[in-house]
Amino acid sequence: MEEKSVVIRNLVKKFGNFTAVDNISFEVSKGEIFGFLGANGAGKTTAMRILCGLSRPTSGEGTVAGFRIKDQQESIKRHIGYMSQKFSLYPDLKVWENIELFGGIYGLNDRQIAAKTDSMLKALSMENARDMYIRDMPLGWKQKLAFSIAMVHDPEIVFLDEPTGGVDPVTRRNFWEMIYEAAGRDVTVFVTTHYMDEAEYCDRVSVMVDGRIEALGSPAELKETYGAKDMDGVFTKIAGRAERGE
Amino acid sequence: MSDRTAIKVEGISKSYGAVKALDDINLEISEGEIYGLIGPDGAGKTSLFRVLTTLTLADSGTASVNGRDVVADYQDIRRTIGYMPGHFALYQDLSVEENLNFYATVFGTTVEANYDTIKDIYSQIEMFKTRKARALSGGMKQKLALCCALVHKPEVLFLDEPTTGVDAVSRKEFWVMLKRIKESGVTILVSTPYMDEASMCDRIALILNGRIIDRGTPQEIISRYPDRLYAVRGGNMFRILKILRPLDGVLRCSSFGSECHVAMAQDGPDSSFLLDTLKDSGVEDSSVELVNPGIEDCFIRLS
Amino acid sequence: MKEIFAFIRKEFKHIFRDRRTTLIVLIMPIVQIVLFGFAISTDVHNAVVDIVGDASDPAVQRIIQRIDSNEYLEVGNIYASPAAIDDRLRKGKISAAVCFEQNFDSNLAAGSTAVVRIIADGADPNTAQTVTSYIKGVIQSEQAEITTAMTGGGSVSMRPNVQLMYNPAMNSAYNFVPGVMGLVLMLICSMMTAVSIVREKEQGTLELVLVSPVKPFWIILSKIVPYMVLSIVNFVTTLLLAHFVMGVPVNGSLALLSLVSLVFVGSSLGLGLLVSVISATQQTAMLICGMGLTMPTMMLSGLIFPCESMPMWLQVFSDIIPAKWFIIMVKKIMIQGAGFTSIVKEFCVLLGMMVALLWFSIKKFKTRL
Repeated sequence: MEEKSVVIRNLVKKFGNFTAVDNISFEVSKGEIFGFLGANGAGKTTAMRILCGLSRPTSGEGTVAGFRIKDQQESIKRHIGYMSQKFSLYPDLKVWENIELFGGIYGLNDRQIAAKTDSMLKALSMENARDMYIRDMPLGWKQKLAFSIAMVHDPEIVFLDEPTGGVDPVTRRNFWEMIYEAAGRDVTVFVTTHYMDEAEYCDRVSVMVDGRIEALGSPAELKETYGAKDMDGVFTKIAGRAERGE
Repeated sequence: MSDRTAIKVEGISKSYGAVKALDDINLEISEGEIYGLIGPDGAGKTSLFRVLTTLTLADSGTASVNGRDVVADYQDIRRTIGYMPGHFALYQDLSVEENLNFYATVFGTTVEANYDTIKDIYSQIEMFKTRKARALSGGMKQKLALCCALVHKPEVLFLDEPTTGVDAVSRKEFWVMLKRIKESGVTILVSTPYMDEASMCDRIALILNGRIIDRGTPQEIISRYPDRLYAVRGGNMFRILKILRPLDGVLRCSSFGSECHVAMAQDGPDSSFLLDTLKDSGVEDSSVELVNPGIEDCFIRLS
Repeated sequence: MKEIFAFIRKEFKHIFRDRRTTLIVLIMPIVQIVLFGFAISTDVHNAVVDIVGDASDPAVQRIIQRIDSNEYLEVGNIYASPAAIDDRLRKGKISAAVCFEQNFDSNLAAGSTAVVRIIADGADPNTAQTVTSYIKGVIQSEQAEITTAMTGGGSVSMRPNVQLMYNPAMNSAYNFVPGVMGLVLMLICSMMTAVSIVREKEQGTLELVLVSPVKPFWIILSKIVPYMVLSIVNFVTTLLLAHFVMGVPVNGSLALLSLVSLVFVGSSLGLGLLVSVISATQQTAMLICGMGLTMPTMMLSGLIFPCESMPMWLQVFSDIIPAKWFIIMVKKIMIQGAGFTSIVKEFCVLLGMMVALLWFSIKKFKTRL
């Protein structure tokens, strides 16, 4: 059987009488790029928080990176990578200080951190930027660095929450090429985005509507099922049926 | 759209410390058009909006809104414009109705007096009028913010990234609303990081690193695209990118949804060259097609 | 004008819709007064008092017995010389010491004045005051008894000579009321005003309001008025509580007290505006108000430590704190019943501060971002 990074069965999350996530089930294979789409308020963020070990499900089973979402949240947090556009690196720390910090957070020892810093900067061709403050870096660099730092502890799966929001077209594409490289190294990538062209880059895509997964499949499959020429058409057809707001 | 100029920007520059947020910006926006300012975060969109809405002073250059200077006549400008900042800037602890009434009063009018202006949009959220703003969904917040910016019948509407962080469906709805507002004669300057929204505007300016890199109607900008553009499909896109990018004659090569857009010089090799190279590298099931560039292609070329 | 009322109405809505703000504004002053009040009026039980003097002297003996039988006091050691007292006080073994002069009884009998000295720990002025007043009571009752017992009229006088160590000009126990009033008004006016303006900055609503045709001066005014109203409410409640629950007297003119408070409120509002101009986030505003205004007010205004026991440079520094002048004036008016003429200097200082602060911060308040 194919190795799975995420297995979710009948996941439900309720806040009072409001069902944010309504019985969703899906699997993500190792090394897969999985696009997690949905309109605002469809329950994406809530589901993602559960997968990252930040919130407990009301009911349902599942594992992330081999750990149970119900009672092994601490282990999940240690074994996944996370990056969002809003928060990524400390602007008032230097590049190496950021790497040291996050390496330390994920339990790397000094030798490992030093080795990781060298190899990471080399891979990004940023050897000269070691002592640069994050705030002085161009956005594209920052983003690449943030992505690498999210994987400083070699996690099996990395969660990217709208990693490219507001980023210029060139930087956005460069970033996706990094995602592809990571997936090539068998890292599972779980990504949310509002850019529908980016949905096309995913191996498989799920679309959440009103707390449920309304559609799940490869972009090609979805386009055929919904008779749309691109993912934007698919999304509009599916999410246009949403009944609830945020 | 008339020929009268609504917004005129001449040589506006603005720096924050060492960062040049706006670098010699020149723009002319006609009365009654939807003008799109398109560019990524940090391109200078918000800085330009703040200069035009009289919230900040430029370091150099002049600008006017409906003939009023942004420095000398700032109070007149404030009376006649509507502004929707990039973040949700209404009072979270006030209800829909209270927010609207407050802004109406601040602009010296009442909701009733200008109900016609906002009716279209307000009717969609009116059923929630006693709900606190913080409890609204993203789409509804956006509609409320738009109502508040419109409640005093402004001549010019400034919308700073109204569709950022809003899902694709709500974004489409929003543009429909804008078209309708435009029909009532309001000039709209709107910024967005989404290139695909360019086609919704009458004219656009592409902005990057504080500079306008191109301007005109979306059609004009596209027609200025000098290269031939091919869409390559099939197989693993990133493999295709890796193969095609280093080739001589390939100017740019970037992913575009399910396709890969390859720009080649007009006098360079044609599609068969691409197909052959791909076949030689073991990509069998690919197809190559000459396509028309979009705004995003233009932006990539210019950046 | 309609715009202003819309603004002020909105401001009150903000205050009363946020439970925390409401609590701070309306409940905190009451809690502070009551808390300080009870902390201070706690009765002293079994305070140990050392005796210095001739234990064989009959008058001394009588007083020792009286002290011993007093339910609040207890006799500790009896010394012949006061040498050990200092150490005993420092170590907190005793609350006070009573020193009798040599030949106390015979001095009394001779009809002349007998000197008795009470030494107490002024670093804890509240306890010290209570204990010394008990001891004085004991001595006075002894004195009264001797007087009536003596035939042929005349009176004897034992002059208790109270000496407070470490804080010679022991401050009144009513200290806390002017202090708390200063603190409360300061918090409401400075902190709340600053935070409410900075919150709008942070949320971006100020951006929208600035873009409106409303003049910045009116925006400031609409921010000031609600907090001014609330401070007046608070001033009245703290005063009522202090007077009727804590029994603090209001000896001077109420009108003068109100005038002084109004000026203080004005200067605090100016400070608040100033903070809002220089800070970009609510946290910064809170920190500046908390560390920069509240702390020095508590430390330097004499609320906790008497100003006189501070080093000179700190005393000079405390002069720039409006609350200090306010507290001095309130003490004079409320407790000493002083009139305007005796607070002219302080009043002028505070008035000057108010004018300068308001003028400066309104000028600095940006009409742009």
